[in-house]
Amino acid sequence: MEYETKIETWNLNLYYGDFLALKNVNIRIPHRNITAIIGPSGCGKSTLLRCFNRMNDLVEHIKVEGKIFIEGQNILVPTTDLIYLRRKVGMVFQRPNVFDLSIYNNLRFGLRIHRMLKNKNDIMQAIENGLEHVGLWKELKDKLRKNARTLSLEQQQRLCIARVLILKPDIILLDEPCSALDPVSTLKIEELLRALRTEYSLVIVTHNMQQAARVSDYTGFLYLGQLVEFGDTDQIFTNPKEKLTENYISGHFG
Amino acid sequence: MNVAKIREKVAFTILGLITLLVVIPILLTIFYVVKNGAGAVSWEFLTQPPRAGMKQGGIFPAIVGTILLIIGTMLFSLPLGILSAIYLVEYAKDNLFTRLIKLSVVNLSGIPSIVYGLFGFTLFVVILRFGTSILAGSLTLAIMSLPVIITATKEALESVPFSFREISLSLGASRWQTIRYCVLPYAIPGILTGTVLSLSRAAGETAPILFTVAAFYLPRLPHSIFDQVMALPYHLYVISTQVPNMPMKLSFATGLVLIGLVFLMNLVSIILRAHYRKKKLW
Repeated sequence: MEYETKIETWNLNLYYGDFLALKNVNIRIPHRNITAIIGPSGCGKSTLLRCFNRMNDLVEHIKVEGKIFIEGQNILVPTTDLIYLRRKVGMVFQRPNVFDLSIYNNLRFGLRIHRMLKNKNDIMQAIENGLEHVGLWKELKDKLRKNARTLSLEQQQRLCIARVLILKPDIILLDEPCSALDPVSTLKIEELLRALRTEYSLVIVTHNMQQAARVSDYTGFLYLGQLVEFGDTDQIFTNPKEKLTENYISGHFG
Repeated sequence: MNVAKIREKVAFTILGLITLLVVIPILLTIFYVVKNGAGAVSWEFLTQPPRAGMKQGGIFPAIVGTILLIIGTMLFSLPLGILSAIYLVEYAKDNLFTRLIKLSVVNLSGIPSIVYGLFGFTLFVVILRFGTSILAGSLTLAIMSLPVIITATKEALESVPFSFREISLSLGASRWQTIRYCVLPYAIPGILTGTVLSLSRAAGETAPILFTVAAFYLPRLPHSIFDQVMALPYHLYVISTQVPNMPMKLSFATGLVLIGLVFLMNLVSIILRAHYRKKKLW
C-alpha cells in the first residue's frame, strides 16, 4: 500500500506484568486519514492506541519493547518530551470527560497548561475557532460561562474534541468515542470526524464494525494482541485476505 | 402489607434506634457540660488569668496557650502531612518501600498519646534542647496528628477519579499541574475534614503536652516559642484533680470553652469547604 506514514511501529511488544498484551505489532498509520482499529474486547486495541501518546506510562507494571516512530522520532526513548508529545497527539476518551468547569475554562485549560496565547482576544479567537470546528459555536457562544456538565453527551464529546483541537495537534486518538452516545449523535460525531480528516491524522478504536466501515479509510484488525491484517477499509470489509478477519467481520466471533 | 415489607420496616426501625443510641451519649455530654458549666462562663472568665489558687478569675492564659498550640501544630503538621500524602498517592511507585511507609503511617495512629508525649519529651525537650516550650509541644502534637492527616489526605486524593488525572495528562499537563488543577480542588473538602478532626483531637490532648509544654500555673502570656504556656486540657486536669475544694462549675466551664474552641474550628472548616466547592479552579 502506498501512503504517507504518520505513525510507524517496529516490533512492538507490550507486557502487563508477565502477560504479553501486544505481540510484535508492526503498523503504519497513514497521514491525514482515518484509521480504524477493530477487534474483539480485550484484544489490545486501546492498549495499542495508548502507546501512541504514552498514556500507558500511567499504568504500573507495563513494559513496552520495540519502537514507535512519529515523524521520524522514536517516542519510546526516555528523553521524549511527554508534554509536547501529548499536545501533538491528542486523545478523546470513551466517556465524554469534560472538566467540572465552565465551557470556557474547559477549552482554556490546555492553553494555560502549555502557556499558549497570553492575549485575551487571541484566547477568545482560539476558543471560537475550536468550537466552530466541532460545530458548537452557534449553540454555545452565549453560554461559555455555563458548566460543561450541563451539556448533552454529544455536545460534551464535541467539546472534548474541541479541547484537543485547540492545542493544534497533528494526530488525534479516539478511544471508542461514540460508545456512550445514541445512534443519531454517533452519526453526527462520525460526520465531524470525516470533516477533520483533511487536517489531522485520526486513529479510532472501535468495537463497532459498521462504524469502522463507515468512517475509516484504513482498518487494522487486532486479535489477541496481534495485528492480523491491515489495509484499505473497503478491502478489509469486502475482501479480507485472512480467514480470521473474515470470520470476525462476518460476525462468527467477537 | 406483605411479610417482606414488614420485615424491612422492623429492620429499619431497629437500625434507626441503634443510630439514635450513638447520638445520645454525644448529646448528653454536651447537655451536661453546658448545664453545669454555662453559668460560670463570663467575660471575666474568658479574659482574666486565674487567681486565688485558681478558684477565681478566669482561664485566659490557657485559652491563649491552646490556640497557640493549635496554630503551632498546624504549621508543622499540615505541610508535612499533606505533601507526604500527595507524594504517596501521586508519585510513589507501588513497591516494598512505599508499602512499608504506608503501613507505618497506619500503625502510628494506633500509638497511645502518652507515648508521643514521652517521645516528644526525649527528642525535643532533652536532645534538641528546646526545653518545655510551645515549640516542643507543637512539634509533639504535630507528630501525633500526622498519621490522621496523611490518611485523610490520602483517602481524599484517592477518591478523585483516575479519569480526572487521565484527561489532564492526555492534554499534556505535567504531573504537578494535574495535581494542582485537577486533583487537589476536588480533594480539598476531604483533606479539610480530616485535618480539622485531627487538630481538634490535638487541641484536647493532655498526655502529649504534659511533659513538653504545659504549665501548672502561669498567669502571664508567653513571650516566645521557647516559653511554657498553660493549656485548656491540662488546666482542666489540674483543677479537677490537683486542687482541693475546686468548684465543679469551673471545671465544666473550662470543658465548655474547650468544646467551644473545637466547634469553632469545625465551623471554619465548614465555611472553607463551602468556599472551595464554589470555586474549584482558577
